[in-house]
Amino acid sequence: MSISTDRATPRGATRPRLGAHTDGPLGGVVRGARRVAEALATPLVPADYLDLLDPMRAGADLRGRIVEVRPETDDAATVVIRPGRGWRGHVPGQYIRIGVDIDGVRHWRAYSLTHRADGTAAAGIPAGCVAITTKAIPEGKVSTHLVRHATPGTLVMLDQATGDFTLPTPAPAKVLFLTAGSGITPVMGMLRNHLGELADVAHVHCAPSERDVIFHRELAGHHAAGRLALSLNLDDVHGVLDLARLDGLVPDWRERETWLCGPTALLDAAEKHWADAGVPERLHVERFRPSVVEPGEGGTVTFARSSRIVEADGATAILDAGEDAGVLMPSGCRMGICFGCVVPMRSGAIRDLRTGEVTVHESDEPLPVQTCVNAVAGSCELDL
Amino acid sequence: MTLAPERTAGHGSSKPHGINPRLRVASDTPRPQRPALKKSGRPNPAAHLSPEQIEGIGHELDALRKNVMDSRGEADAAYIRKVIKVQRYLEMGSRATLLFSNVKVKGFRPAWWIGTAGLSVAKILENMEIGHNVMHGQWDWMRDPKIHSMAWEWDNASPASQWKHSHNEIHHTFTNVLGRDNDLGYGILRVDEDQKWSLFSLFQPIWHVGNALLFEYSIAAYDLELGAYLAKKHRLSDEDKAEFRKNRDEVLAKIRRQATKDYLVHPALSAATGSARTTLTANVVANLVRNVWTNTVIICGHFPPGISTFEKTSIDGETRGEWYLRQMLGSGNISGTKAMHVMTGNLSHQIEHHLFPDMPSNRYAEIAPQIRDLMERHELPYVTGSLWKQAASVYWKVVELSLPNKVEGRRRRDIVRLELKKAQRRRKSRR
Repeated sequence: MSISTDRATPRGATRPRLGAHTDGPLGGVVRGARRVAEALATPLVPADYLDLLDPMRAGADLRGRIVEVRPETDDAATVVIRPGRGWRGHVPGQYIRIGVDIDGVRHWRAYSLTHRADGTAAAGIPAGCVAITTKAIPEGKVSTHLVRHATPGTLVMLDQATGDFTLPTPAPAKVLFLTAGSGITPVMGMLRNHLGELADVAHVHCAPSERDVIFHRELAGHHAAGRLALSLNLDDVHGVLDLARLDGLVPDWRERETWLCGPTALLDAAEKHWADAGVPERLHVERFRPSVVEPGEGGTVTFARSSRIVEADGATAILDAGEDAGVLMPSGCRMGICFGCVVPMRSGAIRDLRTGEVTVHESDEPLPVQTCVNAVAGSCELDL
Repeated sequence: MTLAPERTAGHGSSKPHGINPRLRVASDTPRPQRPALKKSGRPNPAAHLSPEQIEGIGHELDALRKNVMDSRGEADAAYIRKVIKVQRYLEMGSRATLLFSNVKVKGFRPAWWIGTAGLSVAKILENMEIGHNVMHGQWDWMRDPKIHSMAWEWDNASPASQWKHSHNEIHHTFTNVLGRDNDLGYGILRVDEDQKWSLFSLFQPIWHVGNALLFEYSIAAYDLELGAYLAKKHRLSDEDKAEFRKNRDEVLAKIRRQATKDYLVHPALSAATGSARTTLTANVVANLVRNVWTNTVIICGHFPPGISTFEKTSIDGETRGEWYLRQMLGSGNISGTKAMHVMTGNLSHQIEHHLFPDMPSNRYAEIAPQIRDLMERHELPYVTGSLWKQAASVYWKVVELSLPNKVEGRRRRDIVRLELKKAQRRRKSRR
């Protein structure tokens, strides 16, 4: 079983090419130079060679270099990354996707940004760097790697910042932040950038114990300085947060614009709570996607683009199941050696008919799979 | 493409039910005993194996494969990244050196020699250890879109998509099956006694050398199935013809891009230092060297004596165990140093590659002793030898098999003469 707590995200936006939007007499020269460079590099592209010399140059696929991995709690750490020159900045509350190579395999995950959006140094994060904070969850391959094994100097892949879990301008007069565990991170991004503009901030944060509160000292400092009213809900002391307690913690919560981030159970409960109170529009949610895939024997294969759903047993290759249902599928040797049948899997789990090995889709990136030697294990969705 | 041999399983509703036998080591239906002799009268090296023994070989190879595949990791990824990096720096460095290829020092052009040698090596690395292996999906597990079989394009006349079909799919599925594996002589050479002799074979020593020199273009024509198209043209449907034209255009576009780079743009850049002509010759030579080298490595993989071929009917309902067996008997290795293995793209471990075409190439050397042991335990010939020995044996075979097989009581000269007469008669009757 594999658990991932990634946020559902669209794939990264396409990058502008050098000279693509250059008008005027210079534009022709740039375009011509680009064509010559492409002719010189074929069958590769000029970027393949330029990446050798400067992988973080402007116009390259966005990458970053880890500058520091700083522990926050026993199982959480802040990863400070210097992004490539193509970095276009972010709005506090947004997240980035980061691609990390672990044991030779690239994994993509999404994490909220906590650094200053104007590029200045703050909270120990050097100027010009981006920062994410991650909590090592059991069986969380990437989070565990980042917290325990990542080292400064490592090159990682990045996507531009995205997400609409952000504060409006002008900022609302009264704000409630409701966070749990590592759900604090997007809110910390907002606090580090906007706390000065917020007149009245209530913050309810949930964590198993005091030791587990990420950014505890910083939050306590703001509380002591009267800049926000912090209420900690420690599961060890108070039990898991009962939303009925909100009336006691933040009596005017119905009047506040609320930003909420945490585990799915809390989000679901809160959405119901706010709806029951008749103020659902006051609640802004950052939804984690806990895609818990429990592999089974056989199941449904969803062909997303042709919007067809096919039932298949655990002994039928996905390729055969698809063809039987009339889906046009790429195919080749039908025995797993030619890779001519490879199709991106968007989600789900599959089982190799030769070895019984189960492959679970566990990140946002589509995972290319061989349909001729794999059967569905529970369910899977293909980009076909 | 429709001109290819028909697939093991049909498309759509015509497909037989049940799992593809090649995904299983053992078969539900009883397997036929292997005949002691082949059609040509040569002994069948696997005749002594029972279906249970073959199944055992299959299980053993599956376990070996699993061990290696499960242990893929950081070091393997670092290996291919390093090879790619070295190759790109070598290519850039060589091309930069060639900018001065016209400069003479004591009547000798050192930049030409160094640049040409470097570019030749770069092109060989690019085709063999990188391109061939990436396009086999050996590095797909890294999930790096830049080193993925779906995206890779190589420095060769044949477009990746067409090569992957004819090589990965047809050749690797039907390895050394007469009439199904076009690699067996590429349709122009007779390299096995079981292949039919014709007058055309008489000239094959010439074809062979020509093929080696222009190998990238023969591969392109071969992937395009140009020969089959020309032979069957009048019988093809409009759909098939349209498909062929599409593929042909793809090949021509690829050749145009390759030629523009090597024979136009790089020499043009060198014109600034007066080295246009020498850069052009350097590119021509590098491509020739690469062609001859890849051809030599490839002929050593399947044509030397001791390597088996198979009849079409012998692969009906073949299980994975039997498929493994055929791969072992249908390929041969080249012994040599580590540098030699890298320069052949580890196709010097052709037997291991044919057993596990999607295993990272840097791992073949480590499993080779185990494969050899497995084969020797089962009294199967593990064909291997030095590059010179293997290549020479193939060249000799090409010459030898340009003549018809020796038959008891008949002189080969008479068979050739008879064929000549028949051909003359045919020509007359056509008039």
